[in-house]
Amino acid sequence: MTQVKKITTPLDDNKVKQLKAGDSVLVTGYIYTGRDAAHKRLIELIEQGKELPIDIQGQVIYYVGPAPAKPGYPCGSAGPTTSYRMDPYAPSLLDRGLKGMIGKGSRSQEVIESMKKNKAVYLGAVGGAAALIARSIKKSEVVAYDDLGAEAIHRYYVEDFPAIVIIDCEGNNLYETEPPKYKK
Amino acid sequence: MREINTTQIKSKVKELFLKANYHIDQDLMQRLEEALKEETSSIGKSVLQMIIENNKIASSEEIAICQDTGLAVVFVELGQQICIVGGDFAEVINQGVKEAYQEGYLRKSVVDDPVFERKNTKTNTPAIIYTDIVPGDKIKLTVLPKGFGSENMSALAMLKPADGPEGIVNFIVETVRKAGPNPCPPTIIGVGIGGTADKAMVIAKKAIARKMGEHNQNERYASMEKEALEKINNLGIGPAGLGGRTTSLAVHIDYLPTHIAGMPVAINVCCHAARHAEGIL
Repeated sequence: MTQVKKITTPLDDNKVKQLKAGDSVLVTGYIYTGRDAAHKRLIELIEQGKELPIDIQGQVIYYVGPAPAKPGYPCGSAGPTTSYRMDPYAPSLLDRGLKGMIGKGSRSQEVIESMKKNKAVYLGAVGGAAALIARSIKKSEVVAYDDLGAEAIHRYYVEDFPAIVIIDCEGNNLYETEPPKYKK
Repeated sequence: MREINTTQIKSKVKELFLKANYHIDQDLMQRLEEALKEETSSIGKSVLQMIIENNKIASSEEIAICQDTGLAVVFVELGQQICIVGGDFAEVINQGVKEAYQEGYLRKSVVDDPVFERKNTKTNTPAIIYTDIVPGDKIKLTVLPKGFGSENMSALAMLKPADGPEGIVNFIVETVRKAGPNPCPPTIIGVGIGGTADKAMVIAKKAIARKMGEHNQNERYASMEKEALEKINNLGIGPAGLGGRTTSLAVHIDYLPTHIAGMPVAINVCCHAARHAEGIL
């Protein structure tokens, strides 16, 4: 395993190009949450030619629907949800400047091609490590679609959010390269 | 007849869902520690360490192990000498679920209509309730908050009797291979063989709640469990799907008599956060 890289959001082409599949990273800065229902709404706005409720230029979206926060906690348990459900929506957002996605599980070829074209990165967080991950989330506020509850778009301020580069902007994919090494 | 008031059932359901969502059983924690020792991939090791650390944090702080606190599944074994008084049985189970999820800071993940509105019911109900009437004067409740990242990877095959144990093992391994990183490996694989298509899936789900390290009491089924697990762990998928030896922690098979013409095989996949709790009234 390579050394841990610290990255700060927002991202740009230069920062993204330095991230290679297999790198362990610690993310600091603001990130947005979004999953099925919020993505559906964002894409409907894009299709209608309307403005999005958040400026996604250079931003990172974390696929998560957090548990409610216990009193005294900024955020409830917040691990990644399975990313493939967002695959139909991701290329449109990448075309509009989204630079990073955090989730778990495989992505479609369309998403990977769009990441290569738009210089974006896909980070994996450990599914089910939700209580541990939540410790890196220092602030949380709902910025759009409050009516969606856990599925609303939140803006998190994270410090040293632990993740791993699964697919880099050249299309190198850890899910393709690592498992064969352990296959018997 | 022994009378049980519905308020007792409600309190027990609530208590069990809170317990299941905060605390991973000791037998599973032990299995994760063993897997950490056996794992050869360095990324795999660090993922397993994170999972173990996560479970300890959740337990000590009494917060959700995973943000997907699941669809509430309840298995009820109802003694036939019990008389339930004081209200509607399904309603009190749902009330117990609602109170656990609303008061325990657990995510409400149920939508009312699966296709159109998909509006959150905000109570995490209705629960999925399976009731078996059994001899005796006790009620046994087994609760499983079932996450959907893994549920979505479940599969059913109506195999031919001629497919035999080999066909079953192949289907199990193939289902896990196709699921890849999606169901949050290392997984626990519940398998139901026999009965009907629907019944096979129910026993597959219940098999997930079996204690880790226990095998089917029938030696032939136990050896299928061992063979399937060995083959799954040879796939190389590993913890979080990032490569390694630990793709599944266990394969639990249960079986039932079935029709002369068939051999249903249902696979219910569960993530490493295999949450369940049992209680007796």
